[in-house]
Amino acid sequence: MKQGILYELKKNKALFAMLIPFTLMIIVFNYLPMSGLIIAFKNYRFDLGVFGSHWHGLENFRYLFSSGTGWNITKNTVLYNLLNLVTSQGLAIVAAILISELTNRVFKRLTQSVIFLPYFISWVIVGTFVFNIFNYETGLMNNLLAKLGMEKVNIYAMPGIWPVIICVFNAWKWVGYNSIIYIASISGVDAECYEAADIDGANIFQRIWHITLPAIRPTVITMILLQVGRILRGDFEMFYQIVGNNGQLYDATDVIDTYVFRSLLTNANLGMTAAATFYQSVLCFAIIMLVNFIVKKIEPEYALF
Amino acid sequence: MQPAARARAGNRIRNSASRKVFNGLSYVIIGLLSLLCLIPFVTLISGSFTSEQVIRFEGYSLFPKEFTLEAYEIVFKNPQKILNAYGISIFVAVTGTFIGLFLNAMTAYVLSRQDFKYRNFFSFFYYFTTLFNGGMVSTYIFYIRYLNLKDSLLALILPGMLNVFYLLIMRSFVKTIPPALIESAKIDGAGELRIFFKIILPLLKSGLATIGLFLALHYWNDWYNAMLYIDSENKYPLQYMLYAMIQQQKALASIASQVGIRVENLPTNALKLAMAVVTTGPIILVYPFVQKYFVKGITIGSVKG
Repeated sequence: MKQGILYELKKNKALFAMLIPFTLMIIVFNYLPMSGLIIAFKNYRFDLGVFGSHWHGLENFRYLFSSGTGWNITKNTVLYNLLNLVTSQGLAIVAAILISELTNRVFKRLTQSVIFLPYFISWVIVGTFVFNIFNYETGLMNNLLAKLGMEKVNIYAMPGIWPVIICVFNAWKWVGYNSIIYIASISGVDAECYEAADIDGANIFQRIWHITLPAIRPTVITMILLQVGRILRGDFEMFYQIVGNNGQLYDATDVIDTYVFRSLLTNANLGMTAAATFYQSVLCFAIIMLVNFIVKKIEPEYALF
Repeated sequence: MQPAARARAGNRIRNSASRKVFNGLSYVIIGLLSLLCLIPFVTLISGSFTSEQVIRFEGYSLFPKEFTLEAYEIVFKNPQKILNAYGISIFVAVTGTFIGLFLNAMTAYVLSRQDFKYRNFFSFFYYFTTLFNGGMVSTYIFYIRYLNLKDSLLALILPGMLNVFYLLIMRSFVKTIPPALIESAKIDGAGELRIFFKIILPLLKSGLATIGLFLALHYWNDWYNAMLYIDSENKYPLQYMLYAMIQQQKALASIASQVGIRVENLPTNALKLAMAVVTTGPIILVYPFVQKYFVKGITIGSVKG
């Protein structure tokens, strides 16, 4: 019997046909734009287009890193991602464990619903919250300070505090979503395990330490791997809506994605901007492949693909 | 009583004490976390019913001091713009969700077929786009220059349909349908398309509801694509219109403070909040009814497709 692709095509032609629309769209909207990555090596001019512009060697990369911008946005992206990974997953794990231990059904369902709510609103609205709390003239915080007879503070001129603000809002937005994942793996634990532990006289902390935490270990590892694979990708929507176009804060809050977007808006040196995205895409891909390769060697069942 | 049994009983009493303390703490912590998730929404809604003077001089509060519909009256005095943005948002969300859902389900069905030899090849072909992409610059240039998507609603609709994560979740849903059903339909002489429409789709209701809701939420909250691709104001979806309004307000306020006009005459905080409520309202209204589908989707998605 022939096993070639032609045989398969003939046998399953209807199935292949059903894949055509999605496949074509993926090619047009995701694969073809990848060719634009070569702009990173070109002196891009709008009139000449992607393929007509002249080659420029590695100049774009040199500009990007010699100006210091490249290092700064890379450092910010990586540090923010690490900070957000630890805080948001940490909070979600604590929340999931506590919620799982709650005994009052109504309270449990109600709080779970409320904690999940921030996932459903757009970052535009979150940006409104941030501005309502921190803005100098009418912000909640400054109103409170004024009432207490203290000096008003202009948070928007204090770069140092923004990592905290960003990581708090990130954790806030995702705590519900992530805790659902952990609650699902906790509820997968056999109830008999807990009963046996109770009979053996394990206290609540021993219960959590020896049963719950090992049970969510695989999920924690998967979540960390997924996030590490995105370590060079900044959450554009979050940074852009929380920080906005605020020049005073760029040093402390600019990630690769916001930098790229701003340059795209102002059309300032598109080649250099493209160099930043090229370097981001390629490095990100390399990191995912490497991490996945290592995980496959050590604990194959945790590999992402 | 045997000494060991006595010790165990003692343990249990001590444990039940530590259990009580822990439980109490869980209720307090989860309760506080829920409040933190809820308060911004409450202040948002309360602020939108508060008069501008009160916001300016006393700040936001959980309940409006003097209930007023001032802000909503302004919002609906010129309803044309808002109704138009609503129309755009609804149109984009409905078309995108329906077509996207159909493509998603059809593709996921083929990928789930164990007798389809190239299922892994295609799965990886799609999955690869989540590992590597052209980045913001090349995608943007490609979309406007070669696909002609500038200022087109298609730019808001098409890219959102290609979410591979949703595709993998849907594949997990399809896999719960027993293959024997497909086999027996085949023996009865049904074609692939017929099997998909008559057998798979009706059995896939909860998968369709789940992914459909994820898609709808994504479209409703999207402002990023509008910011990149849409120029004409009459094509702004709601979220972007809100964003543009906030930006305008900030710009006006900063100009006003430079030239020394009193800020009272500018678009107000309450107006902004009322717009935010109008934008988020539909989500909050349906939230209690659709929440369970999101929980299901997240749970399935975390079990790795």
